[in-house]
Amino acid sequence: MGLPNASEDLSSEMEVDAFRRLFPLRYFERHLAESIRPDARSLSRARNTTISMGAVASADGSALAKIGSTTMLAAIKMEVMTPSLESPDEGCVSIDFHMPPICSPLVRPGRPAEAAPVVAKQLSDTISSSGMINLKELSLVGGKAAWMVYLDIYCLDADGALFDAALLSAVAAFSNLQIPTVSLDDGKIVMLPEEQKEENSEKEPVNKEKRKLTLGGIPFSLTCILHKNYILADPTSEEESIMETLVTVVLDSSNQLVSLYKPGGAVLAYTSAVQDCIALTRQRVKELHQILEEAISGMEID
Amino acid sequence: MEVDRADGRNPNQLRPLACSCSILHRAHGSASWSQGDTKVLAAVYGPKAGTKKNENPEKASIEVIWKPRTGQIGKPEKEYEIILKRTLQSICILTINPNTTTSVIIQVVHDDGALLPCAINAACAALVDAGIPMKHLAVAICCCSAESGYCILDPTKLEEQKMKGFAYLVFPNSILSVLPEGSSLVQGEPMEHGIITSVTHGAMSVDDYFHCLERGRAASAKLSDFLRRSLQSKLPGDLSKAE
Repeated sequence: MGLPNASEDLSSEMEVDAFRRLFPLRYFERHLAESIRPDARSLSRARNTTISMGAVASADGSALAKIGSTTMLAAIKMEVMTPSLESPDEGCVSIDFHMPPICSPLVRPGRPAEAAPVVAKQLSDTISSSGMINLKELSLVGGKAAWMVYLDIYCLDADGALFDAALLSAVAAFSNLQIPTVSLDDGKIVMLPEEQKEENSEKEPVNKEKRKLTLGGIPFSLTCILHKNYILADPTSEEESIMETLVTVVLDSSNQLVSLYKPGGAVLAYTSAVQDCIALTRQRVKELHQILEEAISGMEID
Repeated sequence: MEVDRADGRNPNQLRPLACSCSILHRAHGSASWSQGDTKVLAAVYGPKAGTKKNENPEKASIEVIWKPRTGQIGKPEKEYEIILKRTLQSICILTINPNTTTSVIIQVVHDDGALLPCAINAACAALVDAGIPMKHLAVAICCCSAESGYCILDPTKLEEQKMKGFAYLVFPNSILSVLPEGSSLVQGEPMEHGIITSVTHGAMSVDDYFHCLERGRAASAKLSDFLRRSLQSKLPGDLSKAE
């Protein structure tokens, strides 16, 4: 870490960038003492968030979510399958999270990133815990045919708060999802392409009315870093690598706690810190809800 | 509010605990921990020289390998490995043996609910058995929250699946101190009330979660006592392990 005296002497002569690389913790602590972060955000403010729907034209539902520089592309493809025997009138959702080497210099080809399976599992746990998707809605013909929803999320730029951006893109993709029309053809389910609707009136679509999923409580999340007495909301990857204690709180729109995830970390979370994190998340849920509503209404106008 | 649990326990009662150390002779440290029917075996090898590519060579690093009882290793196992690794990294003193790797191998013997807390407790006992320097121990507990808002501790697998939500909580172990009470409070709370790790499943209200935290803290005090007693009974002059 360097002797305390050495950094004080060098800091007057060193350039800011060099000091940032050599003594990153001191660099950040100097900013935190003034209640600000190097990118001029206050401690409780999240980065600019944008959502754009329908980013992938060939997918049944897709969205691109950006929180600051962290970019996630989510795409949904639906397939008809036979449901399992234990749950004959339920469909299935399969979530996969990929971190290709484009997203970060730390991810090399051939070696999957450590964070990828963890975020994938966290996402599938969160989406099933929140009850956003009602699996019974995905059933087509009870016991014989149901939808299998494949949700793939690609991280295009990993700059901290990966889970937040991934969850936001997943939620936006589900909001954007248009279930393809299908019809029964000699006892088999067949996908109908859009243009055929007027010509063939013998092939009646089975699910003409249910084109969109009704979403239950939509989960939104916020990741915070705990460092000494400070709580930093929405960290960048540089902040995450220096101050390692992360807390992710997921709340849904009715303020139910869907998940509070703190995987170890040198700083212990006392009740006051947990309450502060939950309060910050509540504010963030309102912001994200509004951003999502604007993106949805933007798509509908088109 | 009274609740009927299938095995007749009351809501705050833990299952019978059993901990035995030094059961594997080749490992530098080993422990088996069982809570009722859930049993986990932990082995510690280390410190070994060298760190992996992405790890910081100025600190010791911990590597966790999680072996399920049956089946292949998939995403749930990788997630448990990362949670366990980060929890153990926060309790071990990493500056003492820089540029070394300590491997912790977890083998699930039987899973009947509260698997991750059982594994964390087993890993801590195994680290003590191996003599790895630590700041304090970690005690882990699982708390479930049901629809009506009551909270039960240490659920079995069936109870976990029926409940609205459950939380795995890890606290530092309780401190036996000669200082007067209240002199070592952090932010107005004793140190052992801080959460090291928290993983929740299922939606619950914020108040239910804080309720679970309180119950968890009370139970962690009992678990700390059990851990202290079972580790103290080991003979101090046991120098028969190589290296």
